[in-house]
Amino acid sequence: MSLIHETDYGTPLSKSEKMVTLTIDGQSITVPEGTSIMRAAMEAGTQIPKLCATDMVDAFGSCRLCLVEVEGRAGTPASCTTPVAAGLVVHTQTERLKKLRKGVMELYISDHPLDCLTCAANGDCELQDMAGAVGLRDVRYGNQGENHVFADACGEANPAWLPKDESNPYFTYDPSKCIVCSRCVRACEEVQGTFALTISGRGFDSRVSPGMSESFLGSECVSCGACVQACPTATLTEKSVIEIGQPEHSAVTTCAYCGVGCAFKAEMRGEEVVRMVPYKDGKANRGHSCVKGRFAYGYATHKERILKPMIRETIDQPWREVSYDEAFKFAADKMRGIQAKYGRDAIGGITSSRCTNEETYLVQKLIRAGFGNNNVDTCARVCHSPTGYGLATTFGTSAGTQDFDSVEDSDVIMVIGANPTDAHPVFGSRMKKRLRQGAKLIVVDPRKIDLVKSAHIKADYHLPLLPGTNVAILTALAHVIVTEGLVNETFVRERCDWSEFQDWAEFVALEKNSPEAVAGITGVDAEAIRGAARLYAKGGNGAIYYGLGVTEHSQGSTTVIAIANLAMATGNIGRRGVGVNPLRGQNNVQGSCDMGSFPHELPGYRHISGDAVRDQFEAMWNVKLNPEPGLRIPNMFDSAIEGTFMGLYVQGEDILQSDPNTTHVVQALSSMECVIVQDLFLNETANYAHVFLPGSTFLEKDGTFTNAERRIQRVRKVMSPRNGLADWEVTIGLAKAMGFEMKYNHPSEIMDEIAALTPTFTGVSYQKLEEMGSVQWPCNEKFPEGSPIMHVDGFVRGKGKFVVTEYVATDERTGPRFPLLLTTGRILSQYNVGAQTRRTDNVVWHGEDVLEIHPHDAEQRGIRDGDWVRLTSRAGETTLHALISERVAPGVVYTTFHHPLTQANVITTDYSDWATNCPEYKVTAVQVSQSNGPSDWQKAYDEQARNSRRIAPIVEAAE
Amino acid sequence: MSHNPTERLVYMANQIGKFFQSQGRDKEVAGVAEHIKKFWDPRMLKTIYAHHDAGGEGLDPAVKDAIGKLKDAAVAKEKA
Ligand code: SF4
Ligand code: SF4
Ligand code: SF4
Ligand code: FES
Repeated sequence: MSLIHETDYGTPLSKSEKMVTLTIDGQSITVPEGTSIMRAAMEAGTQIPKLCATDMVDAFGSCRLCLVEVEGRAGTPASCTTPVAAGLVVHTQTERLKKLRKGVMELYISDHPLDCLTCAANGDCELQDMAGAVGLRDVRYGNQGENHVFADACGEANPAWLPKDESNPYFTYDPSKCIVCSRCVRACEEVQGTFALTISGRGFDSRVSPGMSESFLGSECVSCGACVQACPTATLTEKSVIEIGQPEHSAVTTCAYCGVGCAFKAEMRGEEVVRMVPYKDGKANRGHSCVKGRFAYGYATHKERILKPMIRETIDQPWREVSYDEAFKFAADKMRGIQAKYGRDAIGGITSSRCTNEETYLVQKLIRAGFGNNNVDTCARVCHSPTGYGLATTFGTSAGTQDFDSVEDSDVIMVIGANPTDAHPVFGSRMKKRLRQGAKLIVVDPRKIDLVKSAHIKADYHLPLLPGTNVAILTALAHVIVTEGLVNETFVRERCDWSEFQDWAEFVALEKNSPEAVAGITGVDAEAIRGAARLYAKGGNGAIYYGLGVTEHSQGSTTVIAIANLAMATGNIGRRGVGVNPLRGQNNVQGSCDMGSFPHELPGYRHISGDAVRDQFEAMWNVKLNPEPGLRIPNMFDSAIEGTFMGLYVQGEDILQSDPNTTHVVQALSSMECVIVQDLFLNETANYAHVFLPGSTFLEKDGTFTNAERRIQRVRKVMSPRNGLADWEVTIGLAKAMGFEMKYNHPSEIMDEIAALTPTFTGVSYQKLEEMGSVQWPCNEKFPEGSPIMHVDGFVRGKGKFVVTEYVATDERTGPRFPLLLTTGRILSQYNVGAQTRRTDNVVWHGEDVLEIHPHDAEQRGIRDGDWVRLTSRAGETTLHALISERVAPGVVYTTFHHPLTQANVITTDYSDWATNCPEYKVTAVQVSQSNGPSDWQKAYDEQARNSRRIAPIVEAAE
Repeated sequence: MSHNPTERLVYMANQIGKFFQSQGRDKEVAGVAEHIKKFWDPRMLKTIYAHHDAGGEGLDPAVKDAIGKLKDAAVAKEKA
């Protein structure tokens, strides 16, 4: 394996369809109109020297190194800013150009340190390369004059010199090496969209600076790393490169954090990761990244990682380290024992949205075929199960309809209950790019999220609804569309069931669904609803993106249906730029759902009661399958407390921290006789476990993840599993001990089995992924290259189905005891329950969960910024620090759930979606009051956790 | 919310009922029955059938009908 080098074409690809032919250095080349001469030359195989141009940002034309001569034109234009034209004859290397370039380089080098040998960028520095390329041999000016390089000049402090900024935990800024090419500034603006960097001063005095001469950490910077990638010198450099040195080989892999699924090059030295660099050919991220995937991989080598299997009889005992075989046998005996005592259905398992498709598939196979029941569920239950139900009902398949590229063609973007700049940052950046180009924006969210107003972005409409009233708002939007004659009737007649449409139209047109009538419930101005509806219906290509603010409600499924209704009524489905797009939380939520993780569905979303489908699996697996649906997670907990569900195998999920009503979950887990946890760390669930099987990270195994756009991408092993086995091997070991053999030599064989059994995957194989890089399912005979956009020639179910969506208020209501509404969410630097990100330097951005409260509500309660406050609901109470903020409306408070000590889920109740039991995280009635510190519950919990995490010292056998 | 398993199932069933109520009278009973059949595990069904036998307290009328239908079908299937 060698280091993957990606070609830098100097300027971005032109999307024009008109082609232009010109001659460069005697060679004829045809490129799209709008291409720069620099890019055309590179495509023809000639690299013109350059410093300030790179293909991730638009050309700026400041370094004057890329000059060329064009026959018939005077002067020496910069090739990066000069577009091609038909018939041009260009020369890239002439005596005149050689001389000019040497002169330019000489000036640059005279104000640059000459410590190349010990510089971190040695071997990866474009300034070095260019000095070599132009044949610079000596520098006449010396570098003793006015400069940015030395701290003192002739014994006095040099006013032009600035010290290194090492405030960011992952990269450094060394101003003495800066050539002021502004690539970093443009990357931050154009790619990331944060506008954290500026060039201050002019001419020789100009400098790059974060904000108004702030430190990187103190500035707006979100640490995405785009500027570091863009920098041609060592000025912005990863600290890991400074420490380790340049990488020598690399492999393309997929980020294991969020559902965007960014492709990265893992750049290695031996088995050590030097850095993760976003991969330009990654079709989800197009060369961009966020702080998590780019930098927060250090958890893989964190000292708290558990590398040996452990067992114990009861949870008050310390853990005992054992061999894998002993752990497998111990676990298998317990699980089989439970089945003998309580019945075959008394055990089950939970698959992980963080593990690979292949691993998830194996776990559900073990449960259905090995345990002999269908008690398998996944954490998607607590996030996007309503998406599955809602989209399957209306469109016929539960997946998002678009690829991420589609946003480039959207004219109106509606974001509902999602916060992409924090939770799906790279897609958020891509969306912001489109918004800066002029697309209109509607935000439906209780909070003033960043998109509502940030640098160069402003929502045209923000509908700040009260948590829990999504259905009312969406039905009101539909009311306006129907009553004002904005329906796309041609589309509806052609594509949808017309009589169902009429029933629906009649319902939404009722006066009780008008914006004016629902204003009292939702708290949103009726005119704003009307304006938003008109814009979405008539503003051109309208795309809806939604997140957990839609699904995690007692009417989550109804809301998803309401969204689908809107898209169908306006004809916004089945082409680029439109669609209905769930933004999925974890990296492989899509995949874990596809792989049959739900108790009622086999892989490919086929109901377990279907005889034909079961036959197919029975033949392949050689067992009889149970035709009845199994238990869902909340029902598993209820049954545990009831005494009929006693053994659980949990792979890669921390259900104790992520599921609602923690006290109830604790009670359920402590009722079970055998809890098997497979994870990287002793997570919160493990406090109640009897068997701990160590997990492996995405760097240590082969497999695939499927992102939110149904894109299947490879995960590639770059180091041996520190715990000895990859997760799929652990599952096989456990299965074998339970008497169920599964034989695979490599995850690719598991994928072959999935493809053989799943109609939407028949064309998927590792070979195909090798060839295409990635592929979006359905991928089969009908769509051999996969399906970037769904429902193009008609809905998967045939006719699109309109369904009436009546608003039903949640039973979780505010009242005198609990007058405020709590809603929960996540922030950029942390991920889910935080088990990984908390074990990286990302904690500098988010040391703890805080409670956001409006100044008005805070004042009423005598709460000041930073105070300890007690948060109480009907389910429980916790304490945390207050943050006074106008991002939340009066009457609403907000927190995240990344830290176990806060345990925001002690507060959340077990109300859930009517169709899927997805918990209602987004609405809890609470009270907030002053407090002196952690609650008794928190102290007791902490004590139990510490006690439960003890590992017995290994006793050396006596001689 | 109550943690009594039967009460929870009654609550869940009524929640499903509320959705199908708005789908029109003819679809209500059938919709609830189909949904429960599709998603509930046998022990949940057993508990709710037993509750139905005991009078089905707390179940909304259409939901009660739906569960009655499911139960009859299950009994018929067992006999066959
Ligand atoms: S790391 Fe990202 S956000 Fe920070 S300055 Fe660089 S480009 Fe901007
Ligand atoms: S920091 Fe790097 S990218 Fe930015 S201006 Fe300086 S040399 Fe160019
Ligand atoms: S966390 Fe999400 S956005 Fe960030 S790098 Fe990973 S996949 Fe991309
Ligand atoms: S690369 Fe063209 S002017 Fe710098």
